Amino acid sequence: MTVIETIVEILSWFFMVSGSIFVLIGAIGTLRFPDFWSRLHAVSITESAGMILLIIGMCLQAGPTLITVKLLLIGIFLFLTGPTSTHAVADAALVTGLRPPESEGLKAEKLDEDDNG
Amino acid sequence: MRNIGVIIILFALWLLMSGIYTPMLIGLGLAASLFSLYIVRRMDAVDGARFSLQMSPIRYSGYIVWFMGEVVRANWAVTKIVLSPKMPIKQHLFLVPVTQKTELGKMLFANSITLTPGTITVRVKDDRFLVHALSFSQDDHAATADMDARVTACETEGGK
Repeated sequence: MTVIETIVEILSWFFMVSGSIFVLIGAIGTLRFPDFWSRLHAVSITESAGMILLIIGMCLQAGPTLITVKLLLIGIFLFLTGPTSTHAVADAALVTGLRPPESEGLKAEKLDEDDNG
Repeated sequence: MRNIGVIIILFALWLLMSGIYTPMLIGLGLAASLFSLYIVRRMDAVDGARFSLQMSPIRYSGYIVWFMGEVVRANWAVTKIVLSPKMPIKQHLFLVPVTQKTELGKMLFANSITLTPGTITVRVKDDRFLVHALSFSQDDHAATADMDARVTACETEGGK
């Protein structure tokens, strides 16, 4: 194993392990946070930091092959579909009347009648 | 002309995805591309909806670089909240003014807000977004306005 291969291997494992840690943090947040709306934010850590770091790590493992191109395509598609699904879940919650709890000293923007679905 | 372009893009995607170049698989790819084109044309006849990319690729690349930095910062902020024993959550639902003219620009701005952990675009109301923040601070208005200006700068003229 040459020096460069060793460096790539170390970097790849660094990215994959840190990505896994962020996935774990997202899971911990989902369990710890008190309600639906804050849990949505915990999941978004898994979906952004965890996903990006894991894909970078896997790309380094695959090297300059077709697999890397596919992994990058998966990353691009996740970047488009992730926010869309999050938005769909959040909007569905709002339509069914689940209001986010407001912290002290803050007032939610007034919602229109049609926001109640 | 447009049909040939669609065929080429679909077929190139197939070749990229498959990685096995035997005559049968390439033939299947060509058949699949032609069938997709047929479906697309049929759908076009129904609603005729299409849009052009009104984005400057160079400025968009610059935006992506800046945006990645934002994602890292936001991830770190939410990670600290998750792991801190007291969990300093300060939830707030607020409206963000939107200045993009094109649908694509609005989509990019809404997705950018949702992709940065800590903020989620809940609903689009005409020229404003309803945004939910995990730990709201007064700086958030300035931060979203800054992102809004950057996305608008990526748009090219001719937006409807």
